[in-house]
Amino acid sequence: MTGSATEVVVSIRNLSKAYRRGDQSVPVLEDISFDIRAGEFLALMGPSGSGKSTLLNLLAGIDSADTGSIVIDGTDITKLSQAELADWRALNVGFIFQFYNLIPVLTAFENVELPLLLTNLSRRERREHVETALSLVNLSDRADHRPSQLSGGQQQRVAIARAMITDPAILVADEPTGDLDRQSAEDILTLMDRLVTRFGKTVVMVTHDPRAAEKAFRVLHLEKGLLNHVPA
Amino acid sequence: MFLLKFIFRNAFRHKLRTFLTVVGVAVAILAFGMLRTLVGLWYLGVETSSASRLVTRNAISLIFPLPISYEERIRQVSGVKSVSFGSWFGGIYINEKNFFANFAIDPKSYLDLYPEFVLSPAERLAFLRDRTGAVVGAKTAERFGWKVGDQVVLKGTIYPGQWEFVIRGIYHGARKNTDETQFFFHWDYLNETLKKTVPRQADEVGYYVIGVKNPDRAAEISKAVDALFQNSLAETLTETERAFQMSFVSMTDALMIAIQIVSYVVIVIIMVVAANTMAMTARERIAEYATMKSLGFGGTHIAIIVFGESLLITALGGVLGIGMTFPAAHWVETQLGQFFPVFDISPATIWLDFGAALLVGAVAAIFPTWRGYTIKVADGLRRIG
Ligand SMILES: Nc1ncnc2c1ncn2[C@@H]1O[C@H](COP(=O)(O)OP(=O)(O)OP(=O)(O)O)[C@@H](O)[C@H]1O
Ligand SMILES: [Mg+2]
Repeated sequence: MTGSATEVVVSIRNLSKAYRRGDQSVPVLEDISFDIRAGEFLALMGPSGSGKSTLLNLLAGIDSADTGSIVIDGTDITKLSQAELADWRALNVGFIFQFYNLIPVLTAFENVELPLLLTNLSRRERREHVETALSLVNLSDRADHRPSQLSGGQQQRVAIARAMITDPAILVADEPTGDLDRQSAEDILTLMDRLVTRFGKTVVMVTHDPRAAEKAFRVLHLEKGLLNHVPA
Repeated sequence: MFLLKFIFRNAFRHKLRTFLTVVGVAVAILAFGMLRTLVGLWYLGVETSSASRLVTRNAISLIFPLPISYEERIRQVSGVKSVSFGSWFGGIYINEKNFFANFAIDPKSYLDLYPEFVLSPAERLAFLRDRTGAVVGAKTAERFGWKVGDQVVLKGTIYPGQWEFVIRGIYHGARKNTDETQFFFHWDYLNETLKKTVPRQADEVGYYVIGVKNPDRAAEISKAVDALFQNSLAETLTETERAFQMSFVSMTDALMIAIQIVSYVVIVIIMVVAANTMAMTARERIAEYATMKSLGFGGTHIAIIVFGESLLITALGGVLGIGMTFPAAHWVETQLGQFFPVFDISPATIWLDFGAALLVGAVAAIFPTWRGYTIKVADGLRRIG
């Protein structure tokens, strides 16, 4: 690992968020502060409803906080407008979801290509990128398959290819193995591990699975919206 | 274009749902187009009526006759070029279902006043020479397989008896919208028979048609004619042919307005149905739209996708509906020719049809488009699983 491993890429300070139910305010995250270093594989654990997904969504720029700051690569994303956030996401974050969230009417190839349509790469360049990404997740032979023609594990691999196609610094994964059998889950974790160790990506993963958490360098425990630090 | 491809694939995702929606829109557009055409045709008689012809009828009601003696007196009025007359005969061919309009007319003056009924010179001459001769429009002739020389018997309703005629000519319309269903014969033939059988019905006509030299003087001439017969036993009402047609049409005005309302209601109904379908579709896809937004696609992209799909589906329905309108119009012409001799779908109606289809698509898409545009990624993703 290179020296960049110690460089802080995400810096979260005093982050709070509450949902309003009627006149009541239900706190979900309370005064969260922590850093993520570049090239880190971080797992977020905690009981259901503890706010893991909410925290992940905040640092991926798809939800908005009440107070606090999230500085990623020098940009405080809590200060960005919706449109600016969309552009920022396209460049900086790759998403991996529990239910893969592939677009059913698009082939594996087209799903992976999707984020590139927002760039000004030529058709040929896009094709090359997509082919490389698909071969990385070992699915070159399934390029023309629709999601419904793929197994869960294969769909998740397509989703990973899609998440890394724009070469984002950070990958966020919300229970990426939550819907998979043990073998497929193992494949996915190996793949994510490879993204970190081989390609230097920073991965933040929410998981309930202790086996998945084992792969991580560090595990953060959330408990009712509060952080319990557990050093790696 | 990626968005286009995406819209197409989304539109045909639920084949049955899309198919049903397209058919629904198509049927609605078909109904809309047919109803609009029907209303338009109803008023067509008014629009194609000549401004240089006046019609004089009994002031009390159209069903009361006027004496034949009025002809000469009308001719004296300044500005009058020619005078003709006719009577609604109301004859039936075999049975009531075979309805067509038939009139007893003064042959020469009538044909002169109505140049839009085109006859060959030979047929015209043959008709004028034969007291029992008749001319019939090409549509009606075709309907009953009549040819020149055929004998036709009409059963009188207003004038009892079996009336025999010989077809001496088949007229064609000078314009596409000229009525080619009418049947004309000699008023003399009717009158001379009546003198022998029902003398009190003799020497009367249903209406006079007046050709004027200058259409701008129509109002003045009308007044002059009516003034002639003021305080007589049969007072007259003279108006332009257009106004005369209008008095027929206005009897059914309420019905036509109702049909017009129905044509709009049909569109509103399909709008609601399509809106429901689009809302259902959008709800199912909210997580997909949120996913695309998470990848960096903006609200505008999503809006285009949702809106485009709705427009695509309703446009297909519109095109299909318009496509079905032509065979339907042809069917009306062949099956209901006696009521609608020409059932022409005008270009304006086609544009209106297409516009209505797009309007349905646009309105149906408003709510789902707004949802897709504004949905927050985190909220949208939450809906999965
Ligand atoms: N849109 C919302 N409106 C109201 N409350 C919400 C909303 N989203 C989340 N919450 C609440 O916030 C809390 C945290 O939710 P979150 O999804 O972050 O939990 P989680 O730790 O990811 O749980 P799980 O492990 O079940 O996925 C929960 O109590 C949830 O009910
Ligand atoms: Mg969660």
